[in-house]
Amino acid sequence: MNSRVRLPLLLPFFQQLGEAGILFGKTVKNMFRRPWEKKIFIQQLESIGVRSLPVVSLTAAFGGLVFGLQTYIGFHRYIGPGSETYGGPIISLGLSKELIPILVGLMVTGRVGSAMAAEIGTMKITEQIDALHSLGANPIQYLIVPRTLASFLMLPILTLYGDIIGITAGFFYNVVIMNVNRIIYLKNTLLYLEIWDIVSGLLKASVFGVIIAIVGCWQGLKAEGGAEGVGRATTRTVVIASISILIFNFFISKALPASLTR
Amino acid sequence: MIEIVDLHKSLGGQDVLRGVNLEVDKGETRVIIGQSGSGKSVLIKHLIGILKPDRGEIYVDGVEITRLREDELQKVTRKFGMLFQGAALFDSLTVGDNVGFGLVRYTDYPPDKIKELVKESLAKVGLRDVENLMPYELSGGMKKRVGLARAIAYRPDIILYDEPSTGIDPIRADAINDLINLMGRELKVTSVVITHDMASCYKVADRISMLYEGKIIETGTPEEIRNSKSQVVQQFIHGQAEGPIKEW
Repeated sequence: MNSRVRLPLLLPFFQQLGEAGILFGKTVKNMFRRPWEKKIFIQQLESIGVRSLPVVSLTAAFGGLVFGLQTYIGFHRYIGPGSETYGGPIISLGLSKELIPILVGLMVTGRVGSAMAAEIGTMKITEQIDALHSLGANPIQYLIVPRTLASFLMLPILTLYGDIIGITAGFFYNVVIMNVNRIIYLKNTLLYLEIWDIVSGLLKASVFGVIIAIVGCWQGLKAEGGAEGVGRATTRTVVIASISILIFNFFISKALPASLTR
Repeated sequence: MIEIVDLHKSLGGQDVLRGVNLEVDKGETRVIIGQSGSGKSVLIKHLIGILKPDRGEIYVDGVEITRLREDELQKVTRKFGMLFQGAALFDSLTVGDNVGFGLVRYTDYPPDKIKELVKESLAKVGLRDVENLMPYELSGGMKKRVGLARAIAYRPDIILYDEPSTGIDPIRADAINDLINLMGRELKVTSVVITHDMASCYKVADRISMLYEGKIIETGTPEEIRNSKSQVVQQFIHGQAEGPIKEW
């Protein structure tokens, strides 16, 4: 009885997962086909990367500040005065491995993923996708490949930029505002932070980049029913991509080794 | 040149096409008439491979296109140009880039030659010095004409017109009708026109086919259609609310 009830509930989930998976497969296949849409790819690099800098700067800076604040309180309260210098590696590790990739992923989902869904959705309902087809352009090759590649490349770059801003903000809060010893704070940070901590965050960001582009394009291509349909596609993109980022983040964190040296 | 055999298509659980059979000869202008929502646009989107049928075959110059791979299908779409109902201009491209889009993809012409052909195609539809404008700067009628210029720019063998006179004033609509006739006479282009504008239909058609309840119920010259004994055809061409067609 139970299986009868569960199957119809799970069916739409697997159907949607299948649709997104097929689109991802077609996108990968078309990445190696000519012509390469260089102009659109460069436009997308700018749209996803350069134009996201202000929002990433703000979220990373305040993320770093608040993380610095709570780490300071934690060490001061539970370990004792003087132990705050150990906040450096904790802040750097937490930010570069988890907080910044997730914050960047969620911010870019809201800014870029929704815009992709809206743009492609509008193209779909105004028959521009059909027009592409009639003019010899493969819509996946023309629209989705450049967006996915640009997102795959720009998310780690934005994350690296966010890491620098966030770690600096954490340093600023502890050393400049709370007068934690600068030399020991930096020494501890350099002693315990590994390059792998930063690289693993960047790897995750690349996966998030692909998720954002595929979900945005997939929902855009599925849009129907006029302006309301486009609105639905953008909302769904933000919800699906955000949840997927959080779920994937856990599983990638679990799968990747915690350290390459220890 | 085009042969459609027993074409079936369901969309959203509704049987839109229920066994369409149609033959269009080379150089012919065939007009397909039918009520709004009768499946006319669905039918021509099958010709260019935008939609795949549930059942049936489509032959273009003897090649069955419904089972072609994507790259093989692109060779067939090169033969087609299509004017979309709402023009479907690419919002992010200038008028010039829109018109030259097919030329860039389908030909090896150098940029200067493409520019020249873009100008020429725009002039054919009565537009000059609009290459650098964006689609949002154009009126509805101008968009439609740019859409037509884009469809004819790379000299396709077959042009599909989806409601060419909808949304434009009667004078412009007549100019587009003249252009459809010119394309047929001068360039020997095969045209498939979808419309429910009977004035336009009589002006351009070599033969007219009526699509009703998912099937072609009658085909004939404009004269034969005018004198059709079918009550459905008569109700439609005279635009009467009373008659056998109840759904409207």
